[in-house]
Amino acid sequence: MHSFGYRANAVVTFAVTILAVMCSLASLSDNFNVPTPTADVKVLNINWFQKQPNGNDEVSLTLNASADLSSMFTWNTKQVFVFVAAEYETPQNALNQVSLWDGIIPSKEHAKFWIHTTNKYRFIDQGSNLRGKDFNLTLHWHVMPKTGKMFADKIVMTGYHLPEEYR
Amino acid sequence: MGWIGGNLESIRSLQTKQALTQAVNLGLVVTSALILWRGLMCVTGTESPVVVVLSGSMEPGFQRGDILFLHMNQDPIRAGEIVVFNVDGKDIPIVHRVIEVHERQDTGEVDVLTKGDNNEEDDRLLYPYGQLWLQKHHITGRAIGVLPYVGWVTIIMNEKPVIKYLIIGALGLMIMTSKE
Repeated sequence: MHSFGYRANAVVTFAVTILAVMCSLASLSDNFNVPTPTADVKVLNINWFQKQPNGNDEVSLTLNASADLSSMFTWNTKQVFVFVAAEYETPQNALNQVSLWDGIIPSKEHAKFWIHTTNKYRFIDQGSNLRGKDFNLTLHWHVMPKTGKMFADKIVMTGYHLPEEYR
Repeated sequence: MGWIGGNLESIRSLQTKQALTQAVNLGLVVTSALILWRGLMCVTGTESPVVVVLSGSMEPGFQRGDILFLHMNQDPIRAGEIVVFNVDGKDIPIVHRVIEVHERQDTGEVDVLTKGDNNEEDDRLLYPYGQLWLQKHHITGRAIGVLPYVGWVTIIMNEKPVIKYLIIGALGLMIMTSKE
């Protein structure tokens, strides 16, 4: 009845149950945090803009992004993944999302940042639709917890415009 | 001598009873585990509701040995989501982030490009030669939650089969000898 195996089993079961409950509570507590992020992205320059030999438009941009994401961090946050994507519609595609820059924010101290960069990933269209195209820049974030549920949301910034001619 | 025979008889029937109970208990454990797994498959809509992270390509967000909970529905795939996909010719599913989406006007089909957060390059090198995009049918689920460390159990068991057989043997022995 009170053998070693029986007691070891009871202790392990109890410990695992407590751990599971604490993990669930930690994840649930994230729901009480209401983040209020701010972000601003500017296109400083169109570095070059051309049609590739295979017919797809490609553009190189210089971006200036500033954001304050510190309100996203809770005690259960491992990191926040943040990226800026160009989003636009073409006759062929109802939605195009092209990630231009991304970064990992490891802690609350680094969550208020300012960057000046050319696009880290190539901005290539599926086809030749970028001349004179209006597009949105969207700052997406993905809160990755130490344990439990992940959260994601975005800020959409409108009113960006590509030139009419290749350069 | 009749009473000895009777006693022997009752002991024997007691033993068969016990063995039967144990067999039924074992069966119950196995079937309830199966029911749980199949139930999860129904609720989450994916063939593998839980995966273990095997590589460091998504570090530091996901580390080797983390368990990911997956979910799949008809919602369109969007940039930023972490998806699990299979590429043709490889058995092991890959968990990476979507960085590019192109969705057709007429058919609603999507072309998706993925990348591991910790990798320098996007995943075109992982796709079969000449394939530029993933389609919807490659993607088997999207990650919605994470549980650290627990996946080490399966990693260790897969890499050191001896330990797996030792554990199975010990459990089997315990079931056979337990008198509860």
